[in-house]
Amino acid sequence: MHVNYTNQSNSGAFSLPDKRMAKIHAPSQLKRQLFYDLLFRGATWIFTLIVLILLTGLVVSLVIGSLPAVKAFGFNFLISGEWNPVTEQFGGLVPIIGTLVTSIIALSIGIPISFGIALFLTELSPPWLRQPLGTAIELLAGIPSIIYGMWGLFVFAPLFAKTGQPWLQDTVGQIPGIDFLFAGAFMGIGTLTAGIILAIMVIPFIAAVMRDVFAVVPSMLKESAYASGATTWEVIWHVVIPYTRIGMVGGIMLGLGRALGETMAVTFVIGNAHQLHASLFMPGNSIASALANEFTEADGELYTAALIELGLILFLITFIVLACSKILLLQLRKRDGDIS
Amino acid sequence: MYTRRRIVNAINLIGSVLAMGIGLAWLFWILFTLFSKGFGGMNLALFTQMTPAPDENGGLLNAIAGSIAMVTIATAIGTPVGIMAGTYLAEFGQRGWLAPVTRFINDILLSAPSIVIGLFVYTVYVARVGHFSGWAGVLALSLIVIPVVVRTTEDMLRLIPNSLREAAAALGAPHWKIITLVTWRASKAGILTGILLAIARISGETAPLLFTALNNQFWSVDMNRPMANLPVVIFQFAMSPYEYWQELAWAGALLITLSVLALNIIARFFLRKHEQINQ
Repeated sequence: MHVNYTNQSNSGAFSLPDKRMAKIHAPSQLKRQLFYDLLFRGATWIFTLIVLILLTGLVVSLVIGSLPAVKAFGFNFLISGEWNPVTEQFGGLVPIIGTLVTSIIALSIGIPISFGIALFLTELSPPWLRQPLGTAIELLAGIPSIIYGMWGLFVFAPLFAKTGQPWLQDTVGQIPGIDFLFAGAFMGIGTLTAGIILAIMVIPFIAAVMRDVFAVVPSMLKESAYASGATTWEVIWHVVIPYTRIGMVGGIMLGLGRALGETMAVTFVIGNAHQLHASLFMPGNSIASALANEFTEADGELYTAALIELGLILFLITFIVLACSKILLLQLRKRDGDIS
Repeated sequence: MYTRRRIVNAINLIGSVLAMGIGLAWLFWILFTLFSKGFGGMNLALFTQMTPAPDENGGLLNAIAGSIAMVTIATAIGTPVGIMAGTYLAEFGQRGWLAPVTRFINDILLSAPSIVIGLFVYTVYVARVGHFSGWAGVLALSLIVIPVVVRTTEDMLRLIPNSLREAAAALGAPHWKIITLVTWRASKAGILTGILLAIARISGETAPLLFTALNNQFWSVDMNRPMANLPVVIFQFAMSPYEYWQELAWAGALLITLSVLALNIIARFFLRKHEQINQ
């Protein structure tokens, strides 16, 4: 087909579009569209503001709700382990420590396993297996936390009491210095069980971030290492890990944020006892499980306020952890941006 | 020397395979438990009868209905808010203070403990009106939906190439038409993925409902009263000493897990479709 471009300079060829353009650019039409633009933009702005207000309102309401307890106990709330609804003496030490200890257990079990999974998915797995296996691990994150709790209480805890706990006491429990951690009766439930269940729950989150950051390591770096005779493990240890260190820490922080705030799974298996024990086999309490168990039954302003203050503390801890993780992952993205 | 390196290599790689095996084993162990304990309770009565007293027969009808009602309304409230806010962040958020602040807080809220959201709704709503209600549950759930939808909407809109927007602008389309007719349409599958993931997340949420919707042993369609819902019923029945209640709890657990996993898989399907379109 021949197109004669010179024809377009004819006034005849232009007359049709001109009319249409004239219609679009008619002042009234243009004004109306500009008005719609403003309207749409304003609507999205207002909705964003609503989101911001809701989310900041959350923090403010917790602060206001916990004021009576803050006034009554002050700084003592953080260092007192007493929790007595009858005499209205409240201290948050036991649940705060419980939250931290279970999260530390979860991370110390979860990090190596997540690392292995991420490694397998990026470096070892045959390509056709990557997708289904990756999805399977991600599905682990999709299971509701209450299911983990039920499974932990009815399936894992009895088994753990019969085999896992005696074994731990006979092996690790014999090492002087840390033997007190594994002392006591085999009840199945307790701080250690809660930590193990939490580990299963954070694995998919940490593994997903690690897999994603491992995948961005330039293959040229890896291939150079292989070419100079490194084994697969040496490539991982000397090339992949140094390159992705920040991202890995960011992923671990994300997992920690999850573990700190997990409620239902912990409530089922931790035992809910307001006592401080050195042994990990003994029942304990975490902030989230204390809230889940006691909040609806709390009567009296001070009791409620003390629980809300616990919630506020939990929020602040997770806020710091998540903010750190976000800043680290942002840094990584910036660095990647500089390289590419 | 080389042998030692090879041995270290082998040990660590075996460790990696083992880790993968442990992860998979846990998934299948949990699923197996759910099926073996919950499948027996899967019968017609589960869907047609109310939650029973400890010594009676019954099902989970009011809990299932309550869950569906609250999840639906929460999604209906949270989705438009989330999409509009996400659109602002992606399309108009280059300048001004609102976008960066909202983005930061939204990301924090995305992984904040859900029980804290329950506390918030309790202090601002339940404590004011003086009773637990279905609406409070809806409010708590929609507060979980919003951050998820905001985040995915923004991410998906950012993936749309700018040339598409410029092409529409060059045709003389006003900005609101570019967004509604071009960029929204192009990222439809992606935004849908976000909504589905949000639904999957709130369907299994228990913690924020404990102090908001609470529970109701009877059939109730009044959103202003405590409302039965599947997660809280499962929690209470599982913790009870009655065998029949525990059986019902396992059946409910299987039901909820299957629906959540199905939602996850459907969401993944849409995401893949989205990626295909963009390539």
